[in-house]
Amino acid sequence: MEENIIETRNLTKKYGDFTAVDQITFNVKKGEVFAFLGPNGAGKTTTIKMLTTLLKPTSGDVFLNGHNVTENPHETRKSFGIVFQDPSLDNELTAYENMQFHAILYGLTKEVYKKRIVDLLNLVELYDRKDSYVKKFSGGMKRRLEIARGLLHNPKVLFLDEPTIGLDPQTRNHIWTYINNLNKQENVTIFFTTHHMEEVQRIAQRVAIIDHGKIIIIGTIEDILKKAGTKNLEDAFIFLTGSKIREEESNVGLNQMRISNKLMR
Amino acid sequence: MSAIYILWLRQLKRFIRKKASIVGALGQPIIFLLAIGFGFGPVYAKAGAGNYIQFLAPGIIVMSVLFTSIFTGLEIIWDKQFGFLKETFVAPVYRLEILIGKTLGGATVAIIQGILVFLITLIAGFRPQLSSLPLAFLFLFLVAILSSALGAVIAARLDDMQGFPLIFNFLVQPLFFLSGAIFPIKDLPPVLDFITKINPFSYGVDGLRWAFNGVNVFPPALSLGVLCGVSLVILAVGAYQFSKVQL
Repeated sequence: MEENIIETRNLTKKYGDFTAVDQITFNVKKGEVFAFLGPNGAGKTTTIKMLTTLLKPTSGDVFLNGHNVTENPHETRKSFGIVFQDPSLDNELTAYENMQFHAILYGLTKEVYKKRIVDLLNLVELYDRKDSYVKKFSGGMKRRLEIARGLLHNPKVLFLDEPTIGLDPQTRNHIWTYINNLNKQENVTIFFTTHHMEEVQRIAQRVAIIDHGKIIIIGTIEDILKKAGTKNLEDAFIFLTGSKIREEESNVGLNQMRISNKLMR
Repeated sequence: MSAIYILWLRQLKRFIRKKASIVGALGQPIIFLLAIGFGFGPVYAKAGAGNYIQFLAPGIIVMSVLFTSIFTGLEIIWDKQFGFLKETFVAPVYRLEILIGKTLGGATVAIIQGILVFLITLIAGFRPQLSSLPLAFLFLFLVAILSSALGAVIAARLDDMQGFPLIFNFLVQPLFFLSGAIFPIKDLPPVLDFITKINPFSYGVDGLRWAFNGVNVFPPALSLGVLCGVSLVILAVGAYQFSKVQL
């Protein structure tokens, strides 16, 4: 049996009467590239927040790298890295300082992080800009820096919540190449969300589609295409989740912030 | 410990890089020294109370420390909006460490600002007893910790800056104006007397005035005790608030 790095059981998050995530149960295997898809407001980000200790589930269990996420957030946090949907860098610091801040928060020693920061900045091709302020960076450069930062502490799982939103095809291509290499070379489990189905077809080994807080299908891309009876994932996605346009209605205040953050980027 | 250090360092770097806001924050104390200090000076002298600048300067120094600390604490709201707080919250760091790092960072920044204002008061004619500078520094430090923690606690509850005018006008301003920073707190009407006595910053101002001028209303030990006690209470509340914040 292959080992699961993420396990959820009946994971649920309610905001008052509204159920954002409704009893979802799924596993992600160690070393897997797992795509977590769904229309806007389906519960993707809420799920990621519960997996990464930022939100307490209303009920249900989550395990990450063997740790119970709600009971043992501290240990869990050492096991994963995350690239949030919205930028989360300090614009008033340089690229290197953002990396250093992260390294020290994660308790890395100077000898370790000095080399690792150089390696990672080289990987995402930002080494020559290491002393520039992040506020001078483009959206794509910020994303690359966030990916490098998320990898700094050698996480077992890397969460990427819409990492390529608002980026041009060149940058997107680059980013997925890094991520794919990481998965292949360092066996980092990748858990990502996106609205670009061609990205999913390119790198995901398994896919879950969530809608209205429930997982409606989970499996390999072939499984999903077979079940939906379509030729590509985009059609399957629309077939399974309907063609109606969604309002992002969960958690209004936060979504307002999400939207305004995207505009500012 | 290293987490506290890097949070502190970040605050300091952000402060030093914003030269315009350092200079900007000096504007208000200068105006207070000019308008209130020199404006009311003659009246104060006529009342037989002596040199007003000598009385006012410690109050103005506390003002700049109070304002700078609270605003630095409130920066947590920006960190929330710009996502940086999430980066801090998913790290394997206890929320209490984050609060302490933030509080110390805000306090350090405020003390630097306070020292700049102190130098300006010297130019304005303030003549403190320099032998007790370390004591003055201690009081300044406690005022800075108290207000920085207060800013952080408020910020933990807020999601955006819309509540800012409310906090400024109904909390920060009263804390300053009703602290005895600009008038003596002896022989006040009962209501004002009560308010100044429950305002912890009155003890900060009084303690600083004692260190600088040798004049005080409250026993210095009481002032120290109040500042330490209230700071601890606010930090405890803050630690609870921080543990509850979900993003």
